[in-house]
Amino acid sequence: MARDLDLEFVSLTKRYGDTIAVDAVSYHFGAGTYACLLGPSGCGKSSTLRMVAGHESVSDGSVLLGGRDISHLPPAKRGTAMMFQNYALFPHLSVADNVAFSLKMKGVDAAVRARHAGEMLELVDMSGFADRLPAQLSGGQQQRVALARALITEPDVLLLDEPLSALDPFLRIRMRAELKRLQRELGITFIHVTHGQDEALALADEIVVMNDARIEQAGPTRAVFDAPKTAFVARFLGSHNVIALAEGKVAVRSDALRIGAPEGAQLQGKITNIEYQGTHVSLTAAIAGAQEVTALLSDKDFFGAPKDLGEAVGLNWDSQAAHALSA
Amino acid sequence: MLSNRHLSGWLLAAPLALVLVVFLVAPIVMITVVSFWGATEWSIYPAFQFDNYAFLFGSEVTYRVFLNTLKYAVITWVFTLLIGFTVAYFLAFHVRSLTWQIALFLLCTIPFWTSNIIRMISWIPFLGRNGLANSTLISWGVIDEPLEWLLFSDFSVILAFVHLYTLFMVVPIFNTMMRIDKSLIEAAVDAGATGWQTLWHVIIPLTKPGIMIGTIFVVTLVMGDFITVRFMSGSQSANVGRMIQNDIGLLQYPSASATAVILLITVLMVIALLLRLVDIRKEL
Repeated sequence: MARDLDLEFVSLTKRYGDTIAVDAVSYHFGAGTYACLLGPSGCGKSSTLRMVAGHESVSDGSVLLGGRDISHLPPAKRGTAMMFQNYALFPHLSVADNVAFSLKMKGVDAAVRARHAGEMLELVDMSGFADRLPAQLSGGQQQRVALARALITEPDVLLLDEPLSALDPFLRIRMRAELKRLQRELGITFIHVTHGQDEALALADEIVVMNDARIEQAGPTRAVFDAPKTAFVARFLGSHNVIALAEGKVAVRSDALRIGAPEGAQLQGKITNIEYQGTHVSLTAAIAGAQEVTALLSDKDFFGAPKDLGEAVGLNWDSQAAHALSA
Repeated sequence: MLSNRHLSGWLLAAPLALVLVVFLVAPIVMITVVSFWGATEWSIYPAFQFDNYAFLFGSEVTYRVFLNTLKYAVITWVFTLLIGFTVAYFLAFHVRSLTWQIALFLLCTIPFWTSNIIRMISWIPFLGRNGLANSTLISWGVIDEPLEWLLFSDFSVILAFVHLYTLFMVVPIFNTMMRIDKSLIEAAVDAGATGWQTLWHVIIPLTKPGIMIGTIFVVTLVMGDFITVRFMSGSQSANVGRMIQNDIGLLQYPSASATAVILLITVLMVIALLLRLVDIRKEL
């Protein structure tokens, strides 16, 4: 049964006049996956999401949900629901009416609507706010209401367009946990668009890194993070050093670098910055070819053999920690 | 320092207050005072008597004329609202580029570069017995005899009102519609709303303040008008403005003042009623 609800992009393309916003993107999401579309602004991730939702026409290719081509269906007939970036709550309707909006459009009668909306509000822990107007809620509360409104349509796929970007950092981390919990409980597919790599890493089972209208790399989150294939992915995900060596560019995780004596090390460098980060210390060293590398050491390792600014050091890593990059 | 700030506050408010006192408060006070004066065929004398009001409320004509004025206001309101809402909706939601929106919006305002009276009078050759409308309809074979009710009738009065005042509906409604977040429309569509459902459940409720401001414009303009009714009805219909104008023509200032005071109170009551229905404060 679960197989039936796989979401698939087949050469999905979006053109605006001569500019190509999404260039023949193909990918397969298993049912019940929490997936993040990750990339810098203008990379086509939002256009992709909006094509899945039906708010943007598909120029070419198709979107399949459970083997059914949904590319040209109206948004409400696709089995998807969208949560908008600014939540798009109806300002003139109470929280309960906002959540029950789709039921009202279907002509469900008031008592059933109210009961169903009540259940949804309970799911997102907002039961006490049913009679408030959106303007009387905080950002986090508005987001819960927007979630409830999207989920009441019982979608197979929930689409989230930068859902956390309007929240302050503290709330963002709390809502992150909340989203993950909901997705686990409901067991439906979440497609989450974001430009924050920490958000993507924390939430996603699978990440799709996009750049310049194409998928740069996609797969299970750990696999992508552990073995970035391109310099763009390594840099965008962070915590990686892209080092140009004689045999080509490689990516090495900052926590895989060891600091030692300069003699006989794989790379020699000079320390240019030391940053204490509590549990870790981040060391930046300038190496040959005007490059900089960052090594992340545990505080114990660093303070066991402290270094000074300007000190010459050697950098070493295990050969399996280096990943050759294609671009 | 504190008294200084006090003083500068008063000074800053003074110019506008002065303008309002001289041009708004003083005339209204004057009219109210004169409305209690007495008059004979040849003279006016200061007094404090209720004769003018007694006569006004005692006459059946007054009620008929006030009713007629309200009728004009309501019918004009219905048409300006329908046309104004449609135009604003088209501009705000169907015209995609901002440049085109502004261009078309300016196009709507071009007729306003001409004076009201000229725009009114230009209907006369069009609607007259041997006018363009009648001769066209006859040549098409739609009618055999010229239509008599095209000109100098309630039809022509309301036509002129609608022509003159629709823009007062378009502007505030367009303004409110432009502030509606487009993602709300998408959210409605996402929830399965049809075009009409989106219009009824999302756009109209959010446009209410604009509709209300436009309504206040149109209703007050129509209720205070006398020149349109005079020209377009060929002096065959009356509204309150015409009644006041007649009294002034006969130098019956106290009677005209009393009618004006009652008209002012009527209009203020209508506006108070409208404001109870919709809160427009958040628009201002």
